[in-house]
Amino acid sequence: MNEQHQDQAPPPQRMRVSLFVTCLADLFRPSVAFASIKLLEQAGCEVTVPLQQTCCGQPAYNSGDYESTVPLAQQVIALLETADYVVVPSGSCAGMICHHYPKLLQGEWRDRALKLAAKTFELTIFLKDIARIKPQFDAPPSTLSVTYHDNCAALRELNIKEQPRQLLQQLCGIKVNELQQSEVCCGFGGTFCAKMPEISGKMTDDKLNHVIATGAKILTGGDLGCLLNIAGRAQRQGKEIEVRHVAELLCGDMDTSPIGEGR
Amino acid sequence: MEQHSDTFLANASKALKNSGQAERRDKIGLLAPQIRAAAIHSFDGFDELRQHVKEVRQHSLNNLDYYLSQFEKEAVQNGNQVHFARDSEEFNSLILDICQQHDARRIAKGKSMVTEETGLNSFLQGAGLNVRETDLGEYIVQQAGETPSHIVRPALHKSANDIRELFQQKHDLGARKLDKTSDLVVEARNVLRKDFLQAEVGVIGANALIAENGYSMLVTNEGNGDLCANLPKVLIVCTTIDRVLPRAEDASAMSRLLARSATGQPQSCYTSFYSGPRREGDIDGPLETHFVLLDNERSNILSSDYREILECIRCAACLDHCPIYTSVGGHAYGSIYPGPIGSVLTPLLTSLEQSHLLPNACTSCGRCAEVCPADIPLPDLLRDLRHEEGIKKLSPQRWRYGLKLHAWLARHPPLYQTLTAIGIRILHRLGRKRGRFSRLPFADGWTSQRDFPAPQENTFMQLYKAKMKQNNER
Ligand code: SF4
Repeated sequence: MNEQHQDQAPPPQRMRVSLFVTCLADLFRPSVAFASIKLLEQAGCEVTVPLQQTCCGQPAYNSGDYESTVPLAQQVIALLETADYVVVPSGSCAGMICHHYPKLLQGEWRDRALKLAAKTFELTIFLKDIARIKPQFDAPPSTLSVTYHDNCAALRELNIKEQPRQLLQQLCGIKVNELQQSEVCCGFGGTFCAKMPEISGKMTDDKLNHVIATGAKILTGGDLGCLLNIAGRAQRQGKEIEVRHVAELLCGDMDTSPIGEGR
Repeated sequence: MEQHSDTFLANASKALKNSGQAERRDKIGLLAPQIRAAAIHSFDGFDELRQHVKEVRQHSLNNLDYYLSQFEKEAVQNGNQVHFARDSEEFNSLILDICQQHDARRIAKGKSMVTEETGLNSFLQGAGLNVRETDLGEYIVQQAGETPSHIVRPALHKSANDIRELFQQKHDLGARKLDKTSDLVVEARNVLRKDFLQAEVGVIGANALIAENGYSMLVTNEGNGDLCANLPKVLIVCTTIDRVLPRAEDASAMSRLLARSATGQPQSCYTSFYSGPRREGDIDGPLETHFVLLDNERSNILSSDYREILECIRCAACLDHCPIYTSVGGHAYGSIYPGPIGSVLTPLLTSLEQSHLLPNACTSCGRCAEVCPADIPLPDLLRDLRHEEGIKKLSPQRWRYGLKLHAWLARHPPLYQTLTAIGIRILHRLGRKRGRFSRLPFADGWTSQRDFPAPQENTFMQLYKAKMKQNNER
């Protein structure tokens, strides 16, 4: 759905953006949301954060509890539909709004869901293709050695692949050290990782082995669910890798400790 | 259909500990997608063909009664006998009857998932018949007394060494060592040659039934299907009612999708069409031919919200691309249909009560749907089954209530924000030094495998509101 918007006419001055923070960033990693605001402002947007937001409803939805998800989806639509643009620092939450709300809802609500979907974007695709954030041509090559984890929803529902990599290169001079098997799921899967922990653990180990094989010091990505999972497993297995959200890296926030590391 | 899906987690756990098999599965998970991708890359019109075949399949399923009767009429005109079986029992009995009418003792069988579904082999063997699987993989699995672990590569779980040991046990090898892998193939071929020649009845599957001419189509790589079909005096073609396509060219279009998706070949080594019994002047072929077409819930699925699953062409690409299938292997699913396709089909063919864990064996990563040549939205169907699981209260109560409570709270933003702020502060206090928890009572599923990252001190909402207040006061 989001591909259609990539070729739009140049954006008007000061785009008005509502940030949908996502529940994981709200609760576990506020720095991701602050970084997103900073990046959006850097791209010339006027950012507001609707205060009544909570969660997009993925946990219930993915577990098949459509009855609980419908009112939550309606709440999110009602909250965000007046915005010019909605930006979400998470592939799976953006995918939920863009692809799954219209599937879940019917009638008038479906139309409203489709309208919201048309102006909702994951953070990196928005910065790169819609707001067209200015590359820092003088960004010196970074000394950080970074690998990137593609979130499945970002990859397959939103066609996000090059955007975060280009941003890392253009804003921070970071050249991503690519993972083998980068299109394979990390084993998170929302409630899956708690319902079938052993299988999930094996999948995360596979992912981690590829991460370690790159020799990178930092693993980044656009979805906190995956990142919390991979960081937690790395720490359990004693594997050394710093895990940070791509928004944090893009705005140069290296002060916040990596996910799951104390001070 | 027999199944043991209720023990999926225990089966999976056992499979994960079998390092030899796990290593081979990892290899398949790595190689099969590369091989498929290369095959599709080198073929320009894959997406168009996929779209075309999808439309044809939808059309034929929408008009299934019409095309089935057309097929029946044409097939009978060609000299075949056509039988319909409502369920496995009827199906197996029909086939036994045919065998008994001919006093058959020996059956040579080509690969057929449908007969796996109905448990035909053990049924016929129970009646004193000798049934021989002749597809190499199926033969190995039969010798080992196992079931297939993959719908295209039945003996995927076995290494060359496992097979060598198996033949050493089961075959009279004399001084032969079977050192090379090709020795194993030759050995199986020599054993099977005799069986082909001695069998009185041949049983094969079909990838498609063609309504316009009453033929069936079968693709194989070993040619064993043709030997089963042409050497014994009676041929029985087994498949399900949903396999019918209007025209011969539809079957050939489907076979092009199938081979590329299944094995990365542009075309299988053998694509055979079976028309009916030997005609005057033919030099070979069976004297009598039967089609036995199984329903077993297909007509119910057709009228349900899961009807798209009937468009499956059994290529197994969804298995090869599923990180859960390649982690635990086919046997863990406890059903002859494993992987994403199996996790949808098994509950529909049996009962969700017995198999409700299967639709949960999915991270919704979407890779299966991406590669499925029939363009079936497998993750959506799996989620719909989880929906039914919840409605039938089959999932653990604490999950159901936990998720409902979370969703309810999320619908009450002020309360949600107050409670999460308190919870996060407590978690932060407890975990800030180490930065994470290795055990948390309410998240034991998570912490059994990974640490739980301690949150930053406040929720974003708290911090943001405080910041706004500050800005306003200035
Ligand atoms: S569901 Fe799709 S990918 Fe899986 S076996 Fe069937 S056709 Fe192949």
